[in-house]
Amino acid sequence: MNIIQNFPLFNIVMCLMGGVICSVLKAKPAKCLSMGLIALAGVMNGCVLWYAAKYGQYTYMMGHFPAPWGNEIRVGVLEAVLALFFCIIMFLSVLGGEHYITIDIEESKTNLYFTMVNLMLTSLLALIYTNDLFTAYVFVEINTIAAGALIMIRSNGHTLVAATKYMIMSLVGSGLLLIGITMLYDVSGHLLMVNIHEQISVYARTGEYAFPLTVTIGLMSVGLAIKSALFPFHSWLPDAYGYSTPSSAAILSSLVSKGYIFLLFKIFYRVFGFDFVLDHKVTNILFVFGVVGMIAGSVMAIYQHDVRRLIAFSSVAQIGYIYMGIGLAVPMGTVAAVFHIMSHAASKSMLFIAAKGLSDVSGDSKDFSDLKGAGFRNKLAGIAFSVGAFSMVGIPLLAGFTSKVYFAEAALLASNRKMAVAMVALAISTILNAVYFIRAVITIYTPNPKRELAAKDYRLPRTMAVALVLFIILNVFLGTWSNLIEDAIEMGLKTFS
Amino acid sequence: MSKIREDYENTRWRRFERFVNGEEMPEEKRLELTQAKEGDKEEQLAEITTTQSLRRKRKEERESFRRYWREQQEKEIKEALKQRADWPNTGGVRVFRCVYRFVALLICAAIIIVLLETVAELPRFGSAGTPANSNEVAERYIERGQEETGAVNIVTGMILDYRAFDTLGESHVLFIAACTVLILLRIDHGKDGKTTSAQLAEEDDRKFEPKNDRILQKVAFFLVPCIILFGIYVILNGHISPGGGFSGGAIIGAGLILYLNAFGFKKTERFFTYKTFSTISLCALLFYSVAKCYSFFCGANHLSSGIPLGTAGDIISSGLILPLNICVGCVVACTMYAFYAIFRKGGI
Repeated sequence: MNIIQNFPLFNIVMCLMGGVICSVLKAKPAKCLSMGLIALAGVMNGCVLWYAAKYGQYTYMMGHFPAPWGNEIRVGVLEAVLALFFCIIMFLSVLGGEHYITIDIEESKTNLYFTMVNLMLTSLLALIYTNDLFTAYVFVEINTIAAGALIMIRSNGHTLVAATKYMIMSLVGSGLLLIGITMLYDVSGHLLMVNIHEQISVYARTGEYAFPLTVTIGLMSVGLAIKSALFPFHSWLPDAYGYSTPSSAAILSSLVSKGYIFLLFKIFYRVFGFDFVLDHKVTNILFVFGVVGMIAGSVMAIYQHDVRRLIAFSSVAQIGYIYMGIGLAVPMGTVAAVFHIMSHAASKSMLFIAAKGLSDVSGDSKDFSDLKGAGFRNKLAGIAFSVGAFSMVGIPLLAGFTSKVYFAEAALLASNRKMAVAMVALAISTILNAVYFIRAVITIYTPNPKRELAAKDYRLPRTMAVALVLFIILNVFLGTWSNLIEDAIEMGLKTFS
Repeated sequence: MSKIREDYENTRWRRFERFVNGEEMPEEKRLELTQAKEGDKEEQLAEITTTQSLRRKRKEERESFRRYWREQQEKEIKEALKQRADWPNTGGVRVFRCVYRFVALLICAAIIIVLLETVAELPRFGSAGTPANSNEVAERYIERGQEETGAVNIVTGMILDYRAFDTLGESHVLFIAACTVLILLRIDHGKDGKTTSAQLAEEDDRKFEPKNDRILQKVAFFLVPCIILFGIYVILNGHISPGGGFSGGAIIGAGLILYLNAFGFKKTERFFTYKTFSTISLCALLFYSVAKCYSFFCGANHLSSGIPLGTAGDIISSGLILPLNICVGCVVACTMYAFYAIFRKGGI
């Protein structure tokens, strides 16, 4: 067995241990350890990706007992791509907001922030690689608690309210997911995805347990939709993203919700089988909610005066895109959805970090009337914000454009009615995106001489500058080299189910 | 200012322009603006008047106008305040609330009915023929569990050997929960050792020591050692008899909490401080991670781990299960105690 095959296990255990060790370190060593581990995890996942692309997928036995008895993780190209990407985004988010972590958080609690970051990464990696539904649930728990802590660690009134809202909504989601898993176990007698799938395909032929299985799909979809803030369940999102420290906002918006969406992919493809899901018309429902979310999220974003909340509401719209992609019920739609997971993560985390840089030179205000001319005062943040905004709107050469092209391609392959709805929704949503994002860009580039004089001696934190430059490169890379990533996703999806 | 239309500020184009510039005005600001405009008008009026009498007349008019304006304004403010106070009881909101409650009830009822219907269709609980009871997974756990894991208690063998990865995650759930409560409730002294008055008040409130209750102390004097000993027994025999790390740890934690209640923080702090908590959790979790990583690695690479299973039924048997049980027990006990102490006084 090649040593690289062990890397996913090492990754998960390493980050777990890193998190535990961070809890007893001082702030600075904790930061170094945590960032080092994230970087190391990224490198290891790169190796895993290379191995999986070359030799194909494999399953890895966790312990001395083979799968249905012991635990197991599964490594394929799709998993490795996402794991690598999540590590990169996590690293850049923490790097970009590192300066503000020390400001926003009390000194004696800073090390616990890095504990949470490491455990969050562990849970994301485990969610990506797991092949077992119960393991997935255990790491969903870690993920939920860590996300709550990431919101609340900047202790002011807003974040406490936001964390409470998040906990309530998210725990309802976890509860529904757990009920779903319990019912599946009751019906199939297994927790391993492959075995459940076998059992379910038997039931699909004989027609046994049709009603419980339908309910189970519904419960799991709704549970994960709540946790990933699909449109009608998004009420926790704006506060959580709007008031937490910028790194947390970036991590939450780009990784946490995406981890759950990927789990939903797994459940659809590997547990139920996509044909079974199609027969139960779940995709149609997700499609409707996705389309409504695309438009409603953008409309709500237009009304915002606060740049952070604007970005947060835009996330609601973008999550809608991803669910619409799943709902199109064609393979290309899933490819587009996975690609959008990546492009949205790359742009959104950059927007949150850049927005903090802009409000830094505007008297720490997030209101648009104060942000006037911020792009001149903090040039790099202004450029990064514009790149992120353009990417979200869908300007060519940037990540958002490519994912919109993929969505459009997928819509052409779908059934006629869905194609029409998806195309119109894409067009309307793009225009609405443009209305609020271009307005934001115009605002930050409207000269405001009074403030510009005041902010002359401002110096951008160096870590943030590095992170923003890397974010811009990542965005352009996703936009221009998308073929490479699309091939990888397609290759992964082929062996996924 | 050369405005051709008087209502220029309210034209659609101007509103759009303001929106693009990000200077859209909330309602109060617009009110101020109209007030300022009224002031302009007055000044213009004053300039036009030339003669004394006219001026006086104007002055009176102006005053009456001002008075009128002020009254009007006060009225408006009062109304606005009243509206705000009455807001939850106004028609639309009340109707909305009623409808909201009704719909919520309806949805709840629908979900309950659907779930009950589902449960009715699930395989009968506890019967031998259900998929969960009759497949190869449960069969192997029961038939070969003892010989493969060395644990007489199949449940312990299952959670700490067959499915140890899940339990690894689960023990970290406890740890992360304790850390989160610590973040939320720990009272911190500022950088120079000072605390704000609010924090001090909170601290005083929480440090309020339990009364020296003689009965409680006497009972605790006898009970606490028994409870903790029993907890240790449950942990150490986790692989032989029912019990294990989770239940034993909870028992020890309960014992510690009882001790704390009876004798107060000062006495507890002689042997259990934040440092103890973090050392124990750190060592237990790290040992757990390292040990399990080693065993996963060996298992996946088809190497033998070299850890003897011993004879089933002995205290020292079943390989890694006993040390892992001790680790889990330590973590659980620390977490239980930490929860209580943090909620009580904002620190351990």
